[in-house]
Amino acid sequence: MPGSATEPYDLAVIGAGCAGLAGAVAASEQGLTVALLDASAQIGGQFHRHPAPALGAARPRAPHHDEAAFDGLRRRLEASDIAPLLGHHVWSVVRESGESWAVHATTGADGEEERPVRVRARALLLATGASERQLPFPGWTVPGVVGAGGAQAMLKSGLVLPGRRVVVAGSGPLLLAVASSLAAAGARVPAVVEASGYLRYARHPHALAANPGKLAEAAVHGSALLRHRVRLRTRSAVTAVHGTERVEAVTVSRLDTRWRPVPGTDRRVPCDALAVGHGLVPQLDLATSLGCATRPTPDATRALALDDLQETSVPGVWSAGETGGVGGAQLACTEGELAALAVAARLRGRPALTGSRRALTLRRRRDRMRAFADAMAAAHAPGPGWTRWLTDDTDVCRCEEVTVGGIREAVTDFGARDARTVKLLTRAGMGWCQGRVCGAAVACLAADGGGAVPSSTDRRPLAVPVPLGVLAALDEAGEAGEPGDTRARCLTPRDA
Amino acid sequence: MVGAACAYYAGLAGLSVTVVDRGAVAGGTTGAGEGNLLVSDKEPGPELELALLSARLWRELAKSLPPRIEYETKGGLVVASGPAGMAALRDFAAGQERAGVEAHEITPDRLTDLEPHLAPDLAGGFHYPQDAQVQPALAAAHLLRASDAQVRLGAEVTSLLAGPDGRVTGVRTATGVLHAPHVVNAAGVWGGELARRAGSDLPVLPRRGFVLVTEPLPRVVRHKVYAADYVADVANGSAALQTSAVVEGTAAGPVLIGASRERVGFDRGLSTEVLRRLAAQATALFPVLAGVRAIRTYAGFRPYLPDHLPAIGPDPHVPGLLHACGHEGAGIGLAPATGLLVAQLLTGEQPHMDIGPFHPRRFEASRGTRSGPHLS
Repeated sequence: MPGSATEPYDLAVIGAGCAGLAGAVAASEQGLTVALLDASAQIGGQFHRHPAPALGAARPRAPHHDEAAFDGLRRRLEASDIAPLLGHHVWSVVRESGESWAVHATTGADGEEERPVRVRARALLLATGASERQLPFPGWTVPGVVGAGGAQAMLKSGLVLPGRRVVVAGSGPLLLAVASSLAAAGARVPAVVEASGYLRYARHPHALAANPGKLAEAAVHGSALLRHRVRLRTRSAVTAVHGTERVEAVTVSRLDTRWRPVPGTDRRVPCDALAVGHGLVPQLDLATSLGCATRPTPDATRALALDDLQETSVPGVWSAGETGGVGGAQLACTEGELAALAVAARLRGRPALTGSRRALTLRRRRDRMRAFADAMAAAHAPGPGWTRWLTDDTDVCRCEEVTVGGIREAVTDFGARDARTVKLLTRAGMGWCQGRVCGAAVACLAADGGGAVPSSTDRRPLAVPVPLGVLAALDEAGEAGEPGDTRARCLTPRDA
Repeated sequence: MVGAACAYYAGLAGLSVTVVDRGAVAGGTTGAGEGNLLVSDKEPGPELELALLSARLWRELAKSLPPRIEYETKGGLVVASGPAGMAALRDFAAGQERAGVEAHEITPDRLTDLEPHLAPDLAGGFHYPQDAQVQPALAAAHLLRASDAQVRLGAEVTSLLAGPDGRVTGVRTATGVLHAPHVVNAAGVWGGELARRAGSDLPVLPRRGFVLVTEPLPRVVRHKVYAADYVADVANGSAALQTSAVVEGTAAGPVLIGASRERVGFDRGLSTEVLRRLAAQATALFPVLAGVRAIRTYAGFRPYLPDHLPAIGPDPHVPGLLHACGHEGAGIGLAPATGLLVAQLLTGEQPHMDIGPFHPRRFEASRGTRSGPHLS
């Protein structure tokens, strides 16, 4: 029986977003036994995020695109043998003796109710997605400042607006989508403030020409913004937030090509909320703990280095979606399916699968969308001048309240040279979020006090916090998720 | 930490010092440890003498360095689970007291006065008021800054320079050459590699340890608390995994849980078995921790020498080269005494204590034929 002590699953898929879902159903359709784990209580990941059923939203699916694709995946999942292990927080994956992997998760209500679960599998598909990159600025800790992705998630899952008059700022294609969602949900969006110039896309005409769908998507957002009279300010940034109890206004400054604020261009924009984000950062905690190699991306993050069939540098570990470089939902689905074919080809000894017409189509589509994603990433790469809008008292690490001045002192006076030693000397990144929020900014300030956002891979052997009681009980960990396991099934709200 | 201490005391003695590191300040074992300044885990002998001298020096340093180094004379509490363990602990403490350690027996009913959240069924323990703690990375950075030494970071030493007589004249680094009549090897876990690059050798091996860090808590654990088995593990040379939880709170809030020991080379890969044992032992001592979350874990490598004593003193083959490494898990605690002894050796002053037991030549007898020095 798959998942039992004697027989592992063929494939464990970590993450039930677009990439993981597509991979899981395709692998199952190829006859593999599949465990699908996700921390959330619902499938769909970040892109296909839905209101919890208990909220009773009248039009729960209103803010969505690509619903048809998602419905298709959901139907295929329901038709499969897969019982998704939802509410399972995977904290580590380790190689076991023999040819299998052990996925360690914690599940159950917070605190004393949590228990360890171990899923064994012969192959892994890491589909852990991405999180939003934040670059700090004076006032970014004032209530009313939310992540752009966070604002989108709030809309999707709870249909809540972060404010009535919301400035959207930062960099990246997500900003337009967030602004049009906010406007459609009834918020006034006085401005979308984008640090890059969209003209930079023109430098990659081939990638653009090959992706008409993406252009159509941009046009849809563009026309929605026009309809809602949203102003797009490119080559600009929010360089300060005003208000103490709550956001009252923001300062918008023009930037030069290196993202340095141009003196004399400050403009005050009244608002009661700010949704801000500087692109997405692949979530690689599990992958880097396994030793998977990474590559620098054009927007100064790191993504997994993958071969033509989505396998990482560690044999037996595949990846799909944003972990291989941020590229959106359609790319994630394509990669998930391709990875599933590659896993089936390996485990079932059917190499022809990866040369099939379907696989070739998927590879071509993947390559085309990857090229576009790289062009977008290059256009939105943070310029080295962004640190100019910081003041010495700007908080960088919110958990431990470490300021820009504290980090600069550690670098100039006490011999810190990288994010790790800055952390040791200042506690930046040692708090609850473990540097997931401030990591990019700390690394940048550590590098030379003002350079471009450097590439680094953080090591976080615990991908999520784990109660000591759960760790202590590891030898009693349940081999959860067998197809006949009622405990697993009860965690599967198929009607969600 | 040891390098910073050597620079500090050599500077005090009037020498001009340059500190060279291939990485950042506190980038190696110093940044991976808990900052233990322990006398409680040491049996009477040369290491305990070194620890007692260091404890005194740390008290002085704490007065001149800023409070940010988080020096805290929190005291250690060693507990025994049964009567046999308690009897062994009593013998051990009696020997330590004769060597100058303060140790007070704590009866079971008084354990919770010291540590209110300890498990109720323990057989008793010993309180060691001289045990202390610093935040090791900050302590090293501030001590180095107080030393007034020149600091060259990101400069890996590739070889040693030598004169025609074989005497050291400096080091060659990736970023340039430095001339000096003395070179101190404080490369910690890489001390053996540096000795090789100097044409000598020193059998320093890495002994891996994991630390579990919890979410920030109010002061749940007041002392450095560990079970009596820890002392046996420290003194054990086996390559196999040993764990004996050492639990302590920190000024910043998180509780730190060490200490595992295993010889697996420089493998940083997570061992869930180590985490399970540390968590099980820590929650056995403090049941309240069961619901507390670990938010981080990391591996570090103790620079280990076969007889568990550091190498302090001149290299037997390369004149001008001194070693100050191999302190295993006690480098933070033993750093000031090591630095003081090294400074005294450099200036020709009478050392504060006999360096005989720490002399690097002690590994000569067990060594095979040595290849000639590779000096450039």
